[in-house]
Amino acid sequence: MEIPYTVAERPDTGLNNGKIGIWLFLASEVMLFGALFATYLMMRVGAVTWPRGDTILNVPLATLNTVILITSSVTMVMAWASLKRNDFGKFRLFMGLTVLAGFGFLTIKYIEYSHKFETGLFPHNNTFLAIYFTLTGLHGLHVIGGMAVNAYLWGPGSKLWKTDPEHFTNRVENSGLFWHFVDLVWIFLFPVLYLL
Amino acid sequence: MGNHADIDRQVKGYLLVFATLMTLTIVTVAISRLHLPVAAAVTIALVVASIKGGLVASYFMHLIAERKLIYWVLGITVAFFFFVLLLPLWAHFEPIHN
Repeated sequence: MEIPYTVAERPDTGLNNGKIGIWLFLASEVMLFGALFATYLMMRVGAVTWPRGDTILNVPLATLNTVILITSSVTMVMAWASLKRNDFGKFRLFMGLTVLAGFGFLTIKYIEYSHKFETGLFPHNNTFLAIYFTLTGLHGLHVIGGMAVNAYLWGPGSKLWKTDPEHFTNRVENSGLFWHFVDLVWIFLFPVLYLL
Repeated sequence: MGNHADIDRQVKGYLLVFATLMTLTIVTVAISRLHLPVAAAVTIALVVASIKGGLVASYFMHLIAERKLIYWVLGITVAFFFFVLLLPLWAHFEPIHN
């Protein structure tokens, strides 16, 4: 039996189930990160002194990561647009670039973390480092999750394009919504942790 | 599938948004180098980040032309998000004294 409303819009909401599902999931994610941003705020306003992020963290590397993540958002949306144009080859190219950008982001994060650990900076040292590692670590896990789904859609999951192109395009759109959310969170994390 | 002319127009918009986001990233870093007072630095950084976030949500996530239900879901979420953010400030500026 076919599952209804995977592609067709529901008559009551005007949306298909996948899209409602991903937006409800993203709403819960907003609250997850919201709670951690509130924690950051509470610790910062309650602290006698608070270091400027750029005295501890590597701003050039974080700026490069911002550029990489924004670029990956564009390649992601271009992957979706390529499917809308019935150009599967371009989809593979842009989705591949999106996954590679994710690897690039994580590699830079690994370099940043390694340098911190080598110089004896760990989450237990102070509240700034505790919230820095918590927020960027959780964000990093989201990058890994998004990459896993994107890599699946680039590889084995792309078989669906041959049998049901609309359904496949829908999956790519929903995966893209998550990936853009990951980018959006980083857009706020970057100034809050590294520059202020 | 999609109307190719519409998609072509959207793609041009994506590239324009991309260029704006890159410019704003440079602006964010440049402003941080000015070493402004904390209140001004926080305000400017959050305003620029909000513009960038708004562009990503509006164009890449297509919120600029979305169904009413999604706006309701996000509206309620944003209201709770700001409530959660205000809680620690409230506690800080009005502490309980026994």
